[in-house]
Amino acid sequence: MSETGQIEIKDLVAGFGSTEVVHSISATFKPRAVTAIIGPSGCGKSTLLRCINRMHETVSIAYSTGQVLLDGQNVYAKDVDAVLLRRRVGMVFQKPNPFPNMSIQDNVLSGLRLTGTLKSKNAKEIVEQSLTQAALWDEVKDRLKAPGISLSGGQQQRLCIARSLAVSPEVILMDEPCSALDPIATARIEDLIRDLKQRYTIVLVTHNMQQAARASDQTAFLLMGELVELSDTSQLFTQPRDSRTEDYITGKFG
Amino acid sequence: MSGKRPIGELLFRGACLSAVVIPLAVLGYLIADVVADAFLRLDWSFIESYPSRKAEKAGILPALVGSAYLIVVTAALAVPLGVASAIYLEEYGGKSWWSRVVEVNIANLAGVPSIIYGLLGLGVFVRLFGMDRSILAGACTLGVLILPIVIMASREALRNVPNNVREASYGLGATKLQTIRGVVLPLALPGMLTGSILAVSRAIGETAPLVVVGAATYISFLPEGLTDDFSALPIQIFDWVSRPQEAFLLNAAAGIVVLMSVLLVVNGFALWLRARLQKRLRR
Amino acid sequence: MDLMKSYTDQGYAEELQEIRERLLLMASRVENIIETALQALVERDAERARETILIDRTINQDEIDLDALCLQLLACRQPMASDLRFITITLKMVTDLERIADLAVNVCERVCDLALKPQLAPYVDIPTMGRIVRSMIHDAIDGFIEGDVEKAREVLERDDEVDDLYHKVFRHLLELMNEQPDNIHTGIHVQSVAKYIERMGDHATNIAEQVVFMLEGLDIRHEGKLEDSNSLDG
Repeated sequence: MSETGQIEIKDLVAGFGSTEVVHSISATFKPRAVTAIIGPSGCGKSTLLRCINRMHETVSIAYSTGQVLLDGQNVYAKDVDAVLLRRRVGMVFQKPNPFPNMSIQDNVLSGLRLTGTLKSKNAKEIVEQSLTQAALWDEVKDRLKAPGISLSGGQQQRLCIARSLAVSPEVILMDEPCSALDPIATARIEDLIRDLKQRYTIVLVTHNMQQAARASDQTAFLLMGELVELSDTSQLFTQPRDSRTEDYITGKFG
Repeated sequence: MSGKRPIGELLFRGACLSAVVIPLAVLGYLIADVVADAFLRLDWSFIESYPSRKAEKAGILPALVGSAYLIVVTAALAVPLGVASAIYLEEYGGKSWWSRVVEVNIANLAGVPSIIYGLLGLGVFVRLFGMDRSILAGACTLGVLILPIVIMASREALRNVPNNVREASYGLGATKLQTIRGVVLPLALPGMLTGSILAVSRAIGETAPLVVVGAATYISFLPEGLTDDFSALPIQIFDWVSRPQEAFLLNAAAGIVVLMSVLLVVNGFALWLRARLQKRLRR
Repeated sequence: MDLMKSYTDQGYAEELQEIRERLLLMASRVENIIETALQALVERDAERARETILIDRTINQDEIDLDALCLQLLACRQPMASDLRFITITLKMVTDLERIADLAVNVCERVCDLALKPQLAPYVDIPTMGRIVRSMIHDAIDGFIEGDVEKAREVLERDDEVDDLYHKVFRHLLELMNEQPDNIHTGIHVQSVAKYIERMGDHATNIAEQVVFMLEGLDIRHEGKLEDSNSLDG
């Protein structure tokens, strides 16, 4: 089966302890495209995202049932190692989190070093490639040894993206990647996302509808743990099929 | 916009200021008093001599060496054990009721009077394990004494590692062990080191457990191995203070100054280390 | 348009409401100007014709004001879905309304010319055409306000009536002009008036189509006249 990075979710239920947060969601995300997930606070979009790369289960009271298929293979199958899964499905978080004790280039290579998969002769190349793909190379090529946290917020986030790219994933999950950034840094990341989608499948959780409208090909609207609608972005924002979607995006609630 | 500050605020400020100034003033007076006495006796011969029945000839060398041995061995025992325990409890322990019980008990142990540890050391290390009155027994006892403190300080350091850094590591496909080794420990290390050093420096000043375990007050040789008899600074000071002759009080004062200097050096080292490591991380 | 559910941002809701009200006001002014122009025509009242031209000025100002309001709302509120459709068709309807008013002014200019010569025949069909066009505008706007898409669709059919009446008037005038060459001068003016009103009907049809789009999200414009349709129209 060719590895295109298609994600298919089947009857996913997830929650924490006694609280169910995601109520049986089924959806297919197109490969090599950007799918945005929008919805009011607490609707379960982050939880849904974190179920895709099984980060959800790192919380001790978290549980989930259902299937998530990556290129047809269920990531929750018994013989699937969550750790290996996360090397195929990368994640970028809301607050940029480069490793504070590492330089820029060490940060980029950290994913490979931590997992013991770095071949040192490729190191320089990987650093340059990843930083270039993350649209950061030109800005930092003269100071690769500077600490990762000496960069601005937007640069740090691009560094985190470079770090994820260095591991050669097929899918990149982004959990509100721009919410801590100023508008110009946000615009640069959205521009970057547009470039990245040619090679990676991207799933983007955002509370900013305009960002979803600008940056995604398909948009999914979640409300209280349910998938209300999943449509082409231009369709959803000009003529949504569901009145709940209409009410949310015209600002009648949420 | 002009007006007087309410009187309540001024009184409160005054009260807080006195709460700081008064104890410091008392402490300052005590230290000045001791230093003044020590001044009369402290010189290199004091540091290099052995105990003697004559106050002018009695020195602190074996006690100093004994304390040095104790510091090293106690640290070698308590720090790795404490750090490892902290890592287990913090990273693998989870939030079950069991780990909460352990946490509460460790905090309690840190508050147990040190003489209890002395009795523990006597019964278990000296007698049961047959270590007799040796440096090893003393170090084991002190090690157990400061172990809860090391564990608590190390756990605090681990907790201070922001969780999003762990998440970043997991997100990259690292296992828990790889994450701890590659990301969490390097970040927690400064805090752990500082905490451990401070815990060890507390052990330097402990007298009661060593008395019970049997540190000698009058030895005329330097310990050469872990199984030798030993003395320690606090013990020696305690002994001199208990003597009737006034001249020994000067010795005691000098001994106190030596002890405080050692503490200052060790604590100063801890602070310097922390500042150095933090600067490296936060540039 | 479901006005029952209120917007979280009251300021936004008020801005939308203001645009709605101004649009209604503009539409009623346009209906009024058509009536005035027809009255001027039938009563051969040049004075009234000149008044009509003044009403057009107000309508022109309405167009400018509404365009500005819509632009501001687009920039500052980033409307979505039905709100977005509402704003974009308002911009288009405003243009059509303003064109209708201009056509009414054109009618009035002809009235001034016609007042100098005797009337060829009683005006029957032309006022009828005018009344139908007024009703088309009225019902299209009503359909818009009430969210009644059937009402708006029904308007589309009435344009055929207007066209038929125009052709009838045209044939009649041809007859009259053939009979008496002296009639040609007046006849041409009258034909112009009829033509203007027929074009008003086309603009009213546009408005109705836009209302249907707003309510259904279905773009029914240029039905049968697009590149890939099977119609023989070129």
